[in-house]
This record gives sequence, C-alpha cells and structure tokens, in this order.
Amino acid sequence: MKLSIIIDNFGSASFVKDAVDPVTPHNTQQAQRKAAMAVLAHAEAGEIAARLRNLALPAHQDLRTPENGLVMLRGRVGGDGAPFNLGEATVSRAAVRLASGEVGFGYTLGRDSEKARLIALCDALVQSRDFGPAVERDVIAPLREQLTVRQKQAAAETAATKVDFYTMVRGEG
Amino acid sequence: MTTIAELPPGFADKVLSAQSTFRSVMDAMARPGSVQRIVPMAGAPGMMMRGTAAIALTLFDHDTPLWLDARMSESSDVTKWLKFHTGAPVVQDSSIAAFALVSDGGALPPLERFALGSSEYPDRSTTVIIQVDSLTAGRSFELRGPGIDGVATLQASIKPFDLFERLRMNEALFPRGIDVVLVADDAVVAIPRTTRVVSKGS
Repeated sequence: MKLSIIIDNFGSASFVKDAVDPVTPHNTQQAQRKAAMAVLAHAEAGEIAARLRNLALPAHQDLRTPENGLVMLRGRVGGDGAPFNLGEATVSRAAVRLASGEVGFGYTLGRDSEKARLIALCDALVQSRDFGPAVERDVIAPLREQLTVRQKQAAAETAATKVDFYTMVRGEG
Repeated sequence: MTTIAELPPGFADKVLSAQSTFRSVMDAMARPGSVQRIVPMAGAPGMMMRGTAAIALTLFDHDTPLWLDARMSESSDVTKWLKFHTGAPVVQDSSIAAFALVSDGGALPPLERFALGSSEYPDRSTTVIIQVDSLTAGRSFELRGPGIDGVATLQASIKPFDLFERLRMNEALFPRGIDVVLVADDAVVAIPRTTRVVSKGS
C-alpha cells in the first residue's frame, strides 16, 4: 500500500529531489535540504554525532528543544483511491539556530530526541555558506553511501528469494 | 517582519521549567495576593515580560484559544513567537478565549466581553493575564477570601486603576467569573474569582 506522505520513503524523497527546478537558488537549497533530510532520517543518531564530531561546529542554541508527538499517517485505498487514516506514528522534532542566524529543523520517526536535534543542527549547517560544503562532504555523503549500500543489499537479498510462477503447458492437444 | 531566525528561544529544559512555572502559578492561585517568583527563564519577545513568556510556554497550547490586546496583536514578534512555541490559536472574539494577554491595562476591555464560563462548566472562563508596572510598590489593597488567612495585603501599581471595582462583578456571577493573573517582570500575583478587596489605601 502506498502512503500519501513520504516521511519514511527514501525512494520518493530522492525522486522529488530530481524533479525540482535546479536553476533558482531557492529551489536548489530546498532540494539540498530535502535530500539531506532523507539521508539523515535513516541514519543512526550515533553515526551522525560521530561524523559531526570531526567538524569544528559553530556556536548554536536550541530554538525548540526536542519534543515527541504523534502524527496521523494517511493512506489511500489502492494507492490512489479514497484517503483513510492509517494510524498514528511517534515523531520527534527539534529546531536549532546557529549563531550566524540559520535555523534548521529536524523531524524523525520515533522517540530519539537527540537524533531530532542532530538532524536540525545538520539542516542549519547545510544552509550555512561556511559549513554547508563541509557537512555535505563529511557527514551527509558518507551516510548516503551507507544507506545506498544497505538498500542495495536488502534489495539483492529480496531478489534472491524471488519466485517466478508460470503455467506449464501440458497435455498437448 | 520577524523571521524565525530572530525569534527568542523557548525553555532550555522544557519539562522542568514548565513544572516549576506551573507550581508558581498554582501557588499564586492558592494564596491570592501573595507574590510568587517565576524562576525558569525563556527569551521574551517584544513587550512581553519574562514572567508572561514563561506562563505562555507553560499553559498555552493548541487547545487554548488566545486573545491578545491591541498592542500585543500588532507586534509580529509576539504573535510569531506564540505561534512557533505554543501553537495556540489567536482569536479576535474575546468571549471564546481561554486566556487573554493584556500588556496595556489602561485599554482593558469590559470584563463582560470575556468568557465567563457557564454554571455547568465554570472552568470555561477566560483567565486574564495582565502585565503591570510593579507588584511590590504602589497602592496597597487588602484582600479577603478563600486561601487567605484573615487579610492579605498587596502593594501594586496596577492599570486599570479600577481593576478591583470591575472585578466585583465576580461576586454576583459566582460560580462563574474571571480569574486574573498579574505579572510584573518575574513576579506573579493571582486574583481568582473568589477574592474580594475589602479596603484600599493610597
């Protein structure tokens, strides 16, 4: 069943990234943040923290300290039919502001508040002119690579169990 | 225009700060006329006082319609801060508000315009939060009522000057009525609907 939101769907999130207009700076940054968020949401808090430790981070403060809440997940019958409420999912969110003024937001499934805070921090850094490239190179790119490897492996393992059904032709005539 | 980048931050420690602020407001309500301090501090936008900001972060959420006086609602700092941190809907109609924030007491509308609750649900009335100049100096008021052993004395410089006369309507309305919270910087005094002013000095 296809959900109408893409909160946990890396495939469609990166599809959106490719679809936006890459010319205007606003859209480029939006696309960049979206792509970063798609990677970070799937990473472990420890992995993000370990990679951020190698960077000299600028001063920052919690604009909104991490908090947990519920969001309603909506699905559509058959993927494109009538919408219905599938159920609620726990989500953590946070907002972090850098000393230079950039504000980053982090949302992630689950109760890991520290992860939400780290995602918000990364989101703020991605927007920063000074730190954006470094974060993209040292944090997001390696995590993206890991994620791709994991997804390919899972796809390969699934593909190995694929069964082709066919009907044998018997009883000539 | 205020952007999110300029908004003052909320509580550093959400749970403990909200609990401590709640305790201060509850003590103020339980002992009318006594001055309670609000310890945890959050950034306060515009003309909002530190105490008011802490109370807002503690008590307001998306279920509490909020009425702002003209000065508050004109300030985009205040409205954006409230929206970002509390999510409380700001309403124009004061008779459906759960809380009213008043920064300029001189322009306080008639109290009948706020929600007075119903006999079945007297708790559905508006709690009016008024920012005042001082809760330690000024005219002295003698208060009586539940929660006060004998007489409590409150020294305060309050606008509107006739606030306590206006609050006399609570006598006839009971159990309905308006609860008032006075804030001066980090000091809080509550005047619940059961409190009566018995005499006033100058």
